Amino acid sequence: MWTWEPIRAWLSSLITSYWANPALTAVQILMVMIGVILVMAFYTLAERKIIGWMQSRRGPNRVNLFWVPGLGQPFADVVKLLFKEILVPGNANQLLFRVAPFLTMIPALAIWSVIPFAPEKAFANIDAGLLFILAMTSLGVYGVILAGWSANSKYAFLGAMRSAAQIVAYEIAMGFAMVGVLMAAGSLNIGRIIEAQHGGPLSWNWFWLFPLLIVYYISGVAETNRAPFDVAEGESEIVAGFHVDYSGMAFALFFIAEYVNMILISALTVIFFFGGWLSPFDGYLPASSLLAQPGFFWFGLKTLVPMFGFLWLRATFPRYRYDQIMRLGWKALIPVTLVWLFVEGVLIYCHVGPWKGHI
Amino acid sequence: MMFETILFFAFSAVLVGAALGVVLARNPVYSALLLVVCFFNSAVIWLMLDAEFLGIVLVLVYVGAVMVLFLFVVMMLDVNLEELRKGLAGYWPIAAAVAGLMVFAILNVVITKRLGGIALHAAPPLPPGYSNTQALGEALFTRYAYPAQLAAVILLVASIAAIVLTLRHRTGVKPQNVGEQVRVSAKDRVRLVKMPSEKRP
Repeated sequence: MWTWEPIRAWLSSLITSYWANPALTAVQILMVMIGVILVMAFYTLAERKIIGWMQSRRGPNRVNLFWVPGLGQPFADVVKLLFKEILVPGNANQLLFRVAPFLTMIPALAIWSVIPFAPEKAFANIDAGLLFILAMTSLGVYGVILAGWSANSKYAFLGAMRSAAQIVAYEIAMGFAMVGVLMAAGSLNIGRIIEAQHGGPLSWNWFWLFPLLIVYYISGVAETNRAPFDVAEGESEIVAGFHVDYSGMAFALFFIAEYVNMILISALTVIFFFGGWLSPFDGYLPASSLLAQPGFFWFGLKTLVPMFGFLWLRATFPRYRYDQIMRLGWKALIPVTLVWLFVEGVLIYCHVGPWKGHI
Repeated sequence: MMFETILFFAFSAVLVGAALGVVLARNPVYSALLLVVCFFNSAVIWLMLDAEFLGIVLVLVYVGAVMVLFLFVVMMLDVNLEELRKGLAGYWPIAAAVAGLMVFAILNVVITKRLGGIALHAAPPLPPGYSNTQALGEALFTRYAYPAQLAAVILLVASIAAIVLTLRHRTGVKPQNVGEQVRVSAKDRVRLVKMPSEKRP
Protein backbone atom coordinates (compact mmCIF):
# COMPACT_ATOMS: atom_id res chain seq x y z
CA MET A 1 0.00 0.00 0.00
CA TRP A 2 1.40 3.37 -1.02
CA THR A 3 1.70 6.00 1.72
CA TRP A 4 3.29 9.42 2.04
CA GLU A 5 5.27 8.44 5.14
CA PRO A 6 8.71 7.94 3.46
CA ILE A 7 8.43 11.29 1.72
CA ARG A 8 7.34 12.98 4.94
CA ALA A 9 10.33 11.43 6.73
CA TRP A 10 12.68 12.55 3.97
CA LEU A 11 11.26 16.09 4.09
CA SER A 12 11.61 16.30 7.87
CA SER A 13 15.21 15.19 7.64
CA LEU A 14 15.74 17.90 5.03
CA ILE A 15 14.03 20.66 7.03
CA THR A 16 12.68 20.74 10.57
CA SER A 17 9.80 18.40 11.32
CA TYR A 18 7.56 21.40 12.12
CA TRP A 19 7.58 22.44 8.46
CA ALA A 20 7.45 18.90 7.05
CA ASN A 21 3.65 18.80 6.87
CA PRO A 22 3.22 22.11 5.03
CA ALA A 23 6.08 21.10 2.73
CA LEU A 24 4.41 17.77 2.01
CA THR A 25 1.15 19.54 1.20
CA ALA A 26 3.02 21.87 -1.12
CA VAL A 27 4.57 18.87 -2.89
CA GLN A 28 1.15 17.26 -3.29
CA ILE A 29 -0.37 20.49 -4.60
CA LEU A 30 2.45 20.76 -7.14
CA MET A 31 1.91 17.17 -8.23
CA VAL A 32 -1.80 17.72 -8.86
CA MET A 33 -1.21 21.04 -10.61
CA ILE A 34 1.48 19.67 -12.90
CA GLY A 35 -0.70 16.64 -13.60
CA VAL A 36 -3.69 18.77 -14.47
CA ILE A 37 -1.63 21.10 -16.66
CA LEU A 38 -0.06 18.15 -18.49
CA VAL A 39 -3.48 16.59 -19.12
CA MET A 40 -4.64 19.99 -20.34
CA ALA A 41 -1.66 20.29 -22.71
CA PHE A 42 -2.37 16.95 -24.36
CA TYR A 43 -6.10 17.69 -24.31
CA THR A 44 -5.49 20.60 -26.69
CA LEU A 45 -3.58 18.24 -28.97
CA ALA A 46 -6.33 15.62 -28.71
CA GLU A 47 -8.89 18.29 -29.57
CA ARG A 48 -7.10 19.28 -32.76
CA LYS A 49 -6.41 15.67 -33.75
CA ILE A 50 -9.92 14.36 -33.03
CA ILE A 51 -11.73 17.26 -34.67
CA GLY A 52 -9.33 16.85 -37.57
CA TRP A 53 -10.25 13.20 -38.00
CA MET A 54 -13.94 14.02 -37.71
CA GLN A 55 -13.52 16.53 -40.54
CA SER A 56 -11.29 14.27 -42.68
CA ARG A 57 -8.12 16.21 -41.95
CA ARG A 58 -4.92 15.07 -40.33
CA GLY A 59 -4.58 17.63 -37.56
CA PRO A 60 -1.15 18.73 -36.28
CA ASN A 61 1.57 16.35 -37.51
CA ARG A 62 4.74 18.45 -37.83
CA VAL A 63 6.26 18.44 -34.33
CA ASN A 64 7.56 14.98 -33.49
CA LEU A 65 8.09 13.64 -29.99
CA PHE A 66 9.31 10.06 -29.48
CA TRP A 67 8.90 9.64 -33.25
CA VAL A 68 5.14 10.22 -32.98
CA PRO A 69 4.09 12.95 -35.42
CA GLY A 70 2.26 15.83 -33.69
CA LEU A 71 2.85 14.67 -30.12
CA GLY A 72 5.19 17.57 -29.40
CA GLN A 73 2.72 20.21 -30.59
CA PRO A 74 1.61 21.36 -27.08
CA PHE A 75 5.23 22.04 -26.09
CA ALA A 76 5.90 23.91 -29.32
CA ASP A 77 2.82 26.04 -28.58
CA VAL A 78 4.02 26.74 -25.04
CA VAL A 79 7.43 27.86 -26.28
CA LYS A 80 5.85 30.06 -28.92
CA LEU A 81 3.50 31.73 -26.40
CA LEU A 82 6.28 32.17 -23.83
CA PHE A 83 8.44 34.11 -26.24
CA LYS A 84 5.69 36.37 -27.51
CA GLU A 85 5.54 39.89 -26.18
CA ILE A 86 2.67 40.66 -23.84
CA LEU A 87 1.08 43.82 -25.19
CA VAL A 88 -0.97 46.12 -22.97
CA PRO A 89 -3.20 48.57 -24.85
CA GLY A 90 -2.43 52.22 -24.08
CA ASN A 91 -5.90 53.14 -22.85
CA ALA A 92 -6.46 49.93 -20.92
CA ASN A 93 -6.82 49.89 -17.15
CA GLN A 94 -3.23 48.83 -16.46
CA LEU A 95 -3.77 47.09 -13.12
CA LEU A 96 -6.97 45.16 -13.88
CA PHE A 97 -5.76 44.20 -17.34
CA ARG A 98 -2.80 42.43 -15.76
CA VAL A 99 -4.74 40.90 -12.86
CA ALA A 100 -7.65 39.46 -14.90
CA PRO A 101 -5.82 36.38 -16.33
CA PHE A 102 -4.85 35.29 -12.82
CA LEU A 103 -8.42 35.75 -11.59
CA THR A 104 -9.55 33.25 -14.23
CA MET A 105 -6.73 30.81 -13.56
CA ILE A 106 -6.81 30.66 -9.75
CA PRO A 107 -10.42 29.44 -9.23
CA ALA A 108 -9.99 26.89 -12.04
CA LEU A 109 -7.08 25.31 -10.16
CA ALA A 110 -8.46 25.85 -6.63
CA ILE A 111 -11.44 23.54 -7.18
CA TRP A 112 -9.11 20.55 -7.58
CA SER A 113 -8.44 20.74 -3.84
CA VAL A 114 -11.77 19.07 -2.99
CA ILE A 115 -11.81 16.51 -5.83
CA PRO A 116 -11.22 12.98 -4.50
CA PHE A 117 -9.01 11.17 -7.01
CA ALA A 118 -9.29 7.84 -5.21
CA PRO A 119 -10.90 6.68 -1.94
CA GLU A 120 -9.75 9.08 0.84
CA LYS A 121 -7.39 10.86 -1.59
CA ALA A 122 -8.43 14.50 -1.58
CA PHE A 123 -6.58 17.51 -0.19
CA ALA A 124 -9.52 18.88 1.72
CA ASN A 125 -12.23 16.46 2.72
CA ILE A 126 -14.62 19.22 3.77
CA ASP A 127 -18.27 18.72 4.65
CA ALA A 128 -19.52 21.47 2.36
CA GLY A 129 -17.47 20.28 -0.63
CA LEU A 130 -20.31 20.65 -3.13
CA LEU A 131 -20.91 24.24 -2.02
CA PHE A 132 -17.18 24.95 -2.31
CA ILE A 133 -17.27 23.77 -5.92
CA LEU A 134 -20.28 25.97 -6.69
CA ALA A 135 -18.67 28.98 -5.01
CA MET A 136 -15.36 28.54 -6.83
CA THR A 137 -16.91 28.01 -10.26
CA SER A 138 -18.89 31.21 -9.80
CA LEU A 139 -15.64 33.11 -9.18
CA GLY A 140 -14.31 32.38 -12.65
CA VAL A 141 -16.64 34.99 -14.11
CA TYR A 142 -14.67 37.84 -12.50
CA GLY A 143 -11.63 37.24 -14.67
CA VAL A 144 -13.81 37.30 -17.78
CA ILE A 145 -15.69 40.49 -16.85
CA LEU A 146 -12.56 42.34 -15.78
CA ALA A 147 -10.59 41.26 -18.84
CA GLY A 148 -13.37 42.53 -21.10
CA TRP A 149 -13.87 45.78 -19.26
CA SER A 150 -10.24 46.72 -18.60
CA ALA A 151 -9.16 46.32 -22.23
CA ASN A 152 -11.24 49.40 -23.10
CA SER A 153 -12.40 47.91 -26.37
CA LYS A 154 -15.93 47.44 -27.71
CA TYR A 155 -15.42 43.86 -28.82
CA ALA A 156 -13.87 42.75 -25.57
CA PHE A 157 -16.63 44.46 -23.58
CA LEU A 158 -19.37 42.82 -25.66
CA GLY A 159 -17.73 39.45 -25.18
CA ALA A 160 -17.46 39.96 -21.43
CA MET A 161 -21.13 40.98 -21.18
CA ARG A 162 -22.28 37.94 -23.14
CA SER A 163 -20.10 35.61 -21.16
CA ALA A 164 -21.11 37.01 -17.77
CA ALA A 165 -24.85 36.82 -18.53
CA GLN A 166 -24.42 33.30 -19.85
CA ILE A 167 -22.42 32.05 -16.87
CA VAL A 168 -24.83 33.59 -14.34
CA ALA A 169 -27.83 32.08 -16.16
CA TYR A 170 -26.44 28.57 -16.48
CA GLU A 171 -25.12 28.49 -12.94
CA ILE A 172 -28.69 28.30 -11.68
CA ALA A 173 -29.51 25.20 -13.74
CA MET A 174 -26.17 23.70 -12.69
CA GLY A 175 -26.87 24.39 -9.02
CA PHE A 176 -30.29 22.76 -9.27
CA ALA A 177 -28.76 19.67 -10.89
CA MET A 178 -26.33 19.51 -7.96
CA VAL A 179 -29.27 19.77 -5.54
CA GLY A 180 -30.62 16.58 -7.12
CA VAL A 181 -27.26 14.87 -6.55
CA LEU A 182 -27.07 15.90 -2.93
CA MET A 183 -30.66 14.75 -2.36
CA ALA A 184 -29.65 11.33 -3.69
CA ALA A 185 -26.55 11.16 -1.50
CA GLY A 186 -27.92 12.89 1.59
CA SER A 187 -24.64 14.75 2.00
CA LEU A 188 -22.65 17.70 0.68
CA ASN A 189 -19.37 15.82 1.14
CA ILE A 190 -17.93 14.72 -2.22
CA GLY A 191 -16.52 11.48 -0.83
CA ARG A 192 -19.89 10.50 0.58
CA ILE A 193 -21.65 11.45 -2.67
CA ILE A 194 -19.48 8.87 -4.44
CA GLU A 195 -19.83 6.23 -1.74
CA ALA A 196 -23.63 6.56 -1.86
CA GLN A 197 -23.52 5.37 -5.49
CA HIS A 198 -21.77 2.02 -4.82
CA GLY A 199 -23.21 -1.19 -6.27
CA GLY A 200 -22.56 -1.25 -10.01
CA PRO A 201 -23.42 1.04 -12.92
CA LEU A 202 -27.19 0.83 -12.42
CA SER A 203 -27.01 2.36 -8.96
CA TRP A 204 -24.86 5.24 -10.14
CA ASN A 205 -26.82 8.46 -10.26
CA TRP A 206 -27.04 8.69 -14.05
CA PHE A 207 -29.87 6.15 -14.22
CA TRP A 208 -32.27 7.75 -11.73
CA LEU A 209 -31.16 11.32 -12.36
CA PHE A 210 -30.86 11.13 -16.14
CA PRO A 211 -32.54 14.52 -16.88
CA LEU A 212 -30.28 16.16 -14.29
CA LEU A 213 -27.22 14.58 -15.95
CA ILE A 214 -28.22 16.08 -19.29
CA VAL A 215 -28.88 19.48 -17.72
CA TYR A 216 -25.61 19.37 -15.80
CA TYR A 217 -23.54 18.51 -18.84
CA ILE A 218 -25.18 21.13 -21.07
CA SER A 219 -24.75 23.83 -18.45
CA GLY A 220 -21.17 22.67 -17.96
CA VAL A 221 -20.50 23.22 -21.66
CA ALA A 222 -22.15 26.65 -21.43
CA GLU A 223 -20.23 27.58 -18.26
CA THR A 224 -16.89 26.91 -19.92
CA ASN A 225 -17.92 29.01 -22.95
CA ARG A 226 -17.34 26.11 -25.30
CA ALA A 227 -18.95 25.46 -28.67
CA PRO A 228 -21.90 25.44 -29.38
CA PHE A 229 -22.24 28.11 -26.63
CA ASP A 230 -19.07 30.03 -27.44
CA VAL A 231 -20.73 33.35 -28.28
CA ALA A 232 -18.37 35.00 -25.79
CA GLU A 233 -15.60 34.34 -28.29
CA GLY A 234 -17.71 34.50 -31.43
CA GLU A 235 -14.86 34.87 -33.93
CA SER A 236 -17.21 35.79 -36.73
CA GLU A 237 -18.97 38.58 -34.79
CA ILE A 238 -16.72 40.02 -32.10
CA VAL A 239 -13.27 38.79 -33.14
CA ALA A 240 -12.28 36.83 -30.03
CA GLY A 241 -14.49 38.19 -27.29
CA PHE A 242 -13.12 39.18 -23.92
CA HIS A 243 -9.50 38.24 -24.65
CA VAL A 244 -9.03 40.07 -27.99
CA ASP A 245 -6.33 42.33 -26.64
CA TYR A 246 -4.32 39.67 -24.80
CA SER A 247 -1.20 38.16 -26.29
CA GLY A 248 1.50 35.70 -25.32
CA MET A 249 1.31 34.06 -21.90
CA ALA A 250 -1.51 36.40 -20.75
CA PHE A 251 -3.71 34.88 -23.44
CA ALA A 252 -2.36 31.43 -22.61
CA LEU A 253 -3.61 31.76 -19.04
CA PHE A 254 -7.19 32.24 -20.31
CA PHE A 255 -6.69 29.34 -22.66
CA ILE A 256 -5.33 27.06 -19.93
CA ALA A 257 -8.13 28.07 -17.56
CA GLU A 258 -10.74 27.19 -20.18
CA TYR A 259 -9.29 23.72 -20.76
CA VAL A 260 -8.73 23.07 -17.05
CA ASN A 261 -12.38 23.97 -16.50
CA MET A 262 -13.42 21.53 -19.22
CA ILE A 263 -11.47 18.73 -17.54
CA LEU A 264 -12.98 19.78 -14.23
CA ILE A 265 -16.56 19.69 -15.53
CA SER A 266 -15.84 16.22 -16.95
CA ALA A 267 -14.43 15.05 -13.62
CA LEU A 268 -17.42 16.48 -11.76
CA THR A 269 -19.87 14.83 -14.17
CA VAL A 270 -18.18 11.51 -13.40
CA ILE A 271 -18.20 12.17 -9.65
CA PHE A 272 -21.83 13.23 -9.50
CA PHE A 273 -23.41 10.84 -12.00
CA PHE A 274 -20.99 8.00 -12.81
CA GLY A 275 -19.70 6.96 -9.42
CA GLY A 276 -16.30 8.73 -9.38
CA TRP A 277 -13.59 6.23 -8.45
CA LEU A 278 -16.03 3.29 -8.11
CA SER A 279 -15.43 0.33 -10.39
CA PRO A 280 -18.08 -0.49 -13.02
CA PHE A 281 -17.72 -4.20 -12.10
CA ASP A 282 -18.49 -3.43 -8.46
CA GLY A 283 -21.32 -5.78 -7.40
CA TYR A 284 -21.00 -8.03 -10.47
CA LEU A 285 -17.58 -9.53 -9.82
CA PRO A 286 -16.56 -10.79 -6.33
CA ALA A 287 -15.30 -7.92 -4.16
CA SER A 288 -11.80 -9.47 -3.97
CA SER A 289 -11.20 -9.46 -7.75
CA LEU A 290 -8.80 -6.90 -9.18
CA LEU A 291 -11.32 -5.30 -11.55
CA ALA A 292 -13.82 -4.54 -8.80
CA GLN A 293 -11.37 -2.41 -6.80
CA PRO A 294 -12.19 1.31 -6.67
CA GLY A 295 -9.34 3.61 -7.56
CA PHE A 296 -7.85 6.40 -9.62
CA PHE A 297 -7.74 4.16 -12.70
CA TRP A 298 -11.53 4.08 -13.02
CA PHE A 299 -11.88 7.78 -12.22
CA GLY A 300 -9.40 8.73 -14.95
CA LEU A 301 -10.88 6.33 -17.48
CA LYS A 302 -14.43 7.55 -16.92
CA THR A 303 -13.38 11.20 -17.04
CA LEU A 304 -12.09 10.72 -20.59
CA VAL A 305 -15.64 10.08 -21.87
CA PRO A 306 -17.20 13.48 -21.07
CA MET A 307 -13.91 15.09 -22.12
CA PHE A 308 -14.34 13.47 -25.53
CA GLY A 309 -17.95 14.70 -25.51
CA PHE A 310 -16.75 18.32 -25.35
CA LEU A 311 -14.73 17.83 -28.54
CA TRP A 312 -17.49 15.90 -30.27
CA LEU A 313 -20.00 18.67 -29.55
CA ARG A 314 -17.61 21.25 -30.93
CA ALA A 315 -17.08 19.33 -34.15
CA THR A 316 -20.79 18.64 -34.62
CA PHE A 317 -22.95 21.63 -33.74
CA PRO A 318 -23.15 25.11 -35.21
CA ARG A 319 -23.05 28.03 -32.78
CA TYR A 320 -26.25 28.96 -30.94
CA ARG A 321 -27.83 32.34 -31.43
CA TYR A 322 -27.56 34.43 -28.25
CA ASP A 323 -31.29 34.73 -27.49
CA GLN A 324 -31.64 30.99 -27.98
CA ILE A 325 -28.91 30.37 -25.42
CA MET A 326 -30.80 32.46 -22.89
CA ARG A 327 -34.06 30.75 -23.81
CA LEU A 328 -32.54 27.30 -23.39
CA GLY A 329 -31.05 28.18 -20.02
CA TRP A 330 -34.02 29.88 -18.41
CA LYS A 331 -37.01 28.31 -20.13
CA ALA A 332 -35.86 24.75 -20.80
CA LEU A 333 -33.14 23.62 -18.41
CA ILE A 334 -34.38 25.21 -15.17
CA PRO A 335 -37.99 23.87 -15.50
CA VAL A 336 -36.62 20.40 -16.31
CA THR A 337 -34.52 20.39 -13.14
CA LEU A 338 -37.41 21.67 -11.02
CA VAL A 339 -39.75 18.95 -12.29
CA TRP A 340 -37.16 16.23 -11.78
CA LEU A 341 -36.32 17.44 -8.26
CA PHE A 342 -40.02 17.00 -7.42
CA VAL A 343 -40.09 13.53 -9.03
CA GLU A 344 -36.93 12.59 -7.15
CA GLY A 345 -38.45 13.74 -3.87
CA VAL A 346 -41.50 11.56 -4.47
CA LEU A 347 -39.26 8.58 -5.42
CA ILE A 348 -37.18 8.95 -2.25
CA TYR A 349 -40.32 9.32 -0.13
CA CYS A 350 -41.82 6.14 -1.61
CA HIS A 351 -38.48 4.22 -1.43
CA VAL A 352 -38.39 3.57 -5.18
CA GLY A 353 -34.81 3.20 -6.44
CA PRO A 354 -31.45 2.75 -4.71
CA TRP A 355 -30.98 6.03 -2.68
CA LYS A 356 -28.29 4.52 -0.48
CA GLY A 357 -27.61 7.81 1.26
CA HIS A 358 -30.93 7.44 3.06
CA ILE A 359 -30.36 3.85 4.31
CA MET B 1 -3.21 29.05 18.60
CA MET B 2 -0.51 31.61 18.03
CA PHE B 3 -0.56 31.02 14.28
CA GLU B 4 -4.34 31.39 14.16
CA THR B 5 -4.17 34.69 16.03
CA ILE B 6 -1.67 36.03 13.51
CA LEU B 7 -3.90 34.85 10.65
CA PHE B 8 -6.94 36.45 12.25
CA PHE B 9 -5.25 39.81 12.58
CA ALA B 10 -3.84 39.61 9.05
CA PHE B 11 -7.24 38.89 7.50
CA SER B 12 -8.94 41.50 9.70
CA ALA B 13 -6.39 44.12 8.66
CA VAL B 14 -7.03 43.37 4.98
CA LEU B 15 -10.78 43.43 5.67
CA VAL B 16 -10.69 46.85 7.32
CA GLY B 17 -8.34 48.22 4.67
CA ALA B 18 -10.56 46.98 1.84
CA ALA B 19 -13.66 48.36 3.57
CA LEU B 20 -12.00 51.77 3.73
CA GLY B 21 -11.07 51.40 0.09
CA VAL B 22 -14.70 50.73 -0.87
CA VAL B 23 -15.62 54.19 0.40
CA LEU B 24 -12.50 56.06 -0.63
CA ALA B 25 -11.76 54.65 -4.09
CA ARG B 26 -12.41 57.12 -6.89
CA ASN B 27 -13.28 54.51 -9.49
CA PRO B 28 -16.62 52.74 -8.76
CA VAL B 29 -15.29 49.54 -10.35
CA TYR B 30 -12.47 49.50 -7.80
CA SER B 31 -15.03 50.06 -5.04
CA ALA B 32 -17.04 47.03 -6.16
CA LEU B 33 -13.89 44.88 -6.40
CA LEU B 34 -12.73 45.95 -2.93
CA LEU B 35 -16.15 44.98 -1.60
CA VAL B 36 -15.51 41.53 -3.07
CA VAL B 37 -12.22 41.45 -1.14
CA CYS B 38 -14.19 42.40 2.01
CA PHE B 39 -16.62 39.52 1.54
CA PHE B 40 -13.77 37.11 0.93
CA ASN B 41 -11.93 38.08 4.08
CA SER B 42 -15.02 37.89 6.26
CA ALA B 43 -15.69 34.44 4.76
CA VAL B 44 -12.18 33.39 5.73
CA ILE B 45 -12.72 34.66 9.29
CA TRP B 46 -15.92 32.62 9.48
CA LEU B 47 -14.02 29.59 8.22
CA MET B 48 -11.50 30.06 11.02
CA LEU B 49 -14.40 29.91 13.50
CA ASP B 50 -15.37 26.50 12.01
CA ALA B 51 -18.46 28.01 10.39
CA GLU B 52 -17.56 26.57 6.99
CA PHE B 53 -21.13 26.52 5.67
CA LEU B 54 -21.71 30.23 6.35
CA GLY B 55 -18.30 31.15 4.98
CA ILE B 56 -18.77 29.32 1.70
CA VAL B 57 -22.35 30.51 1.29
CA LEU B 58 -21.16 34.09 1.76
CA VAL B 59 -18.73 33.63 -1.13
CA LEU B 60 -21.30 31.77 -3.23
CA VAL B 61 -24.17 34.23 -2.82
CA TYR B 62 -22.51 37.61 -2.43
CA VAL B 63 -19.27 37.21 -4.39
CA GLY B 64 -20.58 34.75 -6.97
CA ALA B 65 -23.94 36.31 -7.74
CA VAL B 66 -24.71 39.68 -6.14
CA MET B 67 -21.38 41.39 -6.77
CA VAL B 68 -21.22 40.13 -10.36
CA LEU B 69 -24.49 41.91 -11.06
CA PHE B 70 -23.24 45.01 -9.21
CA LEU B 71 -20.08 45.05 -11.29
CA PHE B 72 -22.18 44.53 -14.40
CA VAL B 73 -24.28 47.61 -13.64
CA VAL B 74 -21.32 49.75 -12.56
CA MET B 75 -19.48 48.95 -15.81
CA MET B 76 -22.52 49.57 -17.98
CA LEU B 77 -23.41 52.91 -16.42
CA ASP B 78 -21.12 55.66 -17.55
CA VAL B 79 -21.02 57.46 -14.22
CA ASN B 80 -19.82 61.05 -14.36
CA LEU B 81 -17.77 61.25 -11.20
CA GLU B 82 -17.08 65.00 -11.29
CA GLU B 83 -20.80 65.70 -11.42
CA LEU B 84 -21.45 63.41 -8.47
CA ARG B 85 -18.68 64.88 -6.34
CA LYS B 86 -19.78 68.48 -6.68
CA GLY B 87 -22.02 68.86 -3.62
CA LEU B 88 -20.46 66.03 -1.66
CA ALA B 89 -18.45 68.13 0.79
CA GLY B 90 -21.58 69.76 2.18
CA TYR B 91 -22.89 66.47 3.57
CA TRP B 92 -20.05 65.79 5.98
CA PRO B 93 -21.87 66.79 9.22
CA ILE B 94 -24.62 64.22 8.55
CA ALA B 95 -22.06 61.58 7.55
CA ALA B 96 -20.00 62.27 10.68
CA ALA B 97 -23.13 62.00 12.88
CA VAL B 98 -24.16 58.65 11.38
CA ALA B 99 -20.62 57.25 11.53
CA GLY B 100 -20.18 58.45 15.12
CA LEU B 101 -23.44 56.79 16.14
CA MET B 102 -22.35 53.48 14.61
CA VAL B 103 -18.90 53.61 16.18
CA PHE B 104 -20.51 54.37 19.55
CA ALA B 105 -22.89 51.41 19.18
CA ILE B 106 -20.09 48.99 18.33
CA LEU B 107 -17.83 50.26 21.11
CA ASN B 108 -20.73 49.92 23.52
CA VAL B 109 -21.02 46.23 22.66
CA VAL B 110 -17.35 45.40 22.46
CA ILE B 111 -15.82 47.38 25.32
CA THR B 112 -18.45 47.87 27.97
CA LYS B 113 -20.19 44.55 27.16
CA ARG B 114 -23.46 46.03 28.36
CA LEU B 115 -25.66 44.94 25.47
CA GLY B 116 -26.21 41.19 25.79
CA GLY B 117 -22.92 40.58 27.58
CA ILE B 118 -20.80 39.37 24.69
CA ALA B 119 -17.69 37.62 26.00
CA LEU B 120 -14.40 38.53 24.40
CA HIS B 121 -12.72 35.14 24.51
CA ALA B 122 -12.24 32.46 21.88
CA ALA B 123 -15.22 30.47 20.67
CA PRO B 124 -15.74 27.27 22.70
CA PRO B 125 -14.21 24.16 21.07
CA LEU B 126 -16.67 22.07 19.10
CA PRO B 127 -17.31 18.41 19.91
CA PRO B 128 -15.58 15.97 17.51
CA GLY B 129 -17.68 14.96 14.52
CA TYR B 130 -19.69 18.16 14.72
CA SER B 131 -20.84 19.25 11.26
CA ASN B 132 -21.74 22.87 10.87
CA THR B 133 -23.69 22.15 7.69
CA GLN B 134 -25.72 19.38 9.30
CA ALA B 135 -26.49 21.41 12.42
CA LEU B 136 -27.72 24.35 10.34
CA GLY B 137 -29.81 22.06 8.17
CA GLU B 138 -31.41 20.41 11.17
CA ALA B 139 -32.26 23.75 12.77
CA LEU B 140 -33.59 25.16 9.51
CA PHE B 141 -35.78 22.22 8.55
CA THR B 142 -37.16 21.24 11.96
CA ARG B 143 -37.32 24.07 14.45
CA TYR B 144 -37.43 26.97 12.00
CA ALA B 145 -39.23 25.24 9.13
CA TYR B 146 -42.09 27.73 8.95
CA PRO B 147 -39.97 30.91 9.22
CA ALA B 148 -37.66 29.53 6.52
CA GLN B 149 -40.59 28.86 4.19
CA LEU B 150 -42.06 32.27 4.97
CA ALA B 151 -38.76 33.90 4.04
CA ALA B 152 -38.67 31.89 0.82
CA VAL B 153 -42.19 33.02 -0.12
CA ILE B 154 -41.34 36.65 0.61
CA LEU B 155 -38.24 36.39 -1.61
CA LEU B 156 -40.30 34.80 -4.38
CA VAL B 157 -42.90 37.58 -4.17
CA ALA B 158 -40.12 40.19 -4.27
CA SER B 159 -38.50 38.68 -7.34
CA ILE B 160 -41.85 38.39 -9.17
CA ALA B 161 -42.60 41.99 -8.21
CA ALA B 162 -39.26 43.15 -9.59
CA ILE B 163 -39.97 41.42 -12.89
CA VAL B 164 -43.52 42.81 -13.11
CA LEU B 165 -42.35 46.35 -12.29
CA THR B 166 -39.69 46.38 -14.99
CA LEU B 167 -41.72 44.56 -17.63
CA ARG B 168 -42.64 46.87 -20.50
CA HIS B 169 -44.74 45.96 -23.48
CA ARG B 170 -43.34 48.02 -26.28
CA THR B 171 -45.42 48.38 -29.40
CA GLY B 172 -44.01 48.64 -32.86
CA VAL B 173 -41.17 46.15 -32.39
CA LYS B 174 -40.94 42.89 -34.27
CA PRO B 175 -39.72 40.22 -31.87
CA GLN B 176 -38.87 36.76 -33.12
CA ASN B 177 -41.11 33.98 -31.95
CA VAL B 178 -38.51 31.38 -31.12
CA GLY B 179 -41.05 28.61 -30.55
CA GLU B 180 -42.36 29.10 -34.06
CA GLN B 181 -38.82 29.13 -35.43
CA VAL B 182 -37.99 25.86 -33.71
CA ARG B 183 -41.15 24.13 -34.89
CA VAL B 184 -40.55 24.97 -38.54
CA SER B 185 -39.87 22.03 -40.87
CA ALA B 186 -38.30 21.81 -44.30
CA LYS B 187 -41.57 21.44 -46.20
CA ASP B 188 -42.83 24.83 -44.89
CA ARG B 189 -39.83 26.62 -46.31
CA VAL B 190 -38.65 24.79 -49.40
CA ARG B 191 -40.83 24.05 -52.42
CA LEU B 192 -39.46 21.60 -54.94
CA VAL B 193 -40.72 22.39 -58.41
CA LYS B 194 -40.48 20.00 -61.32
CA MET B 195 -39.64 21.84 -64.52
CA PRO B 196 -38.99 20.28 -67.90
CA SER B 197 -35.83 21.56 -69.49
CA GLU B 198 -36.42 24.00 -72.30
CA LYS B 199 -35.15 23.72 -75.83
CA ARG B 200 -32.27 25.98 -76.72
CA PRO B 201 -33.69 28.65 -79.05
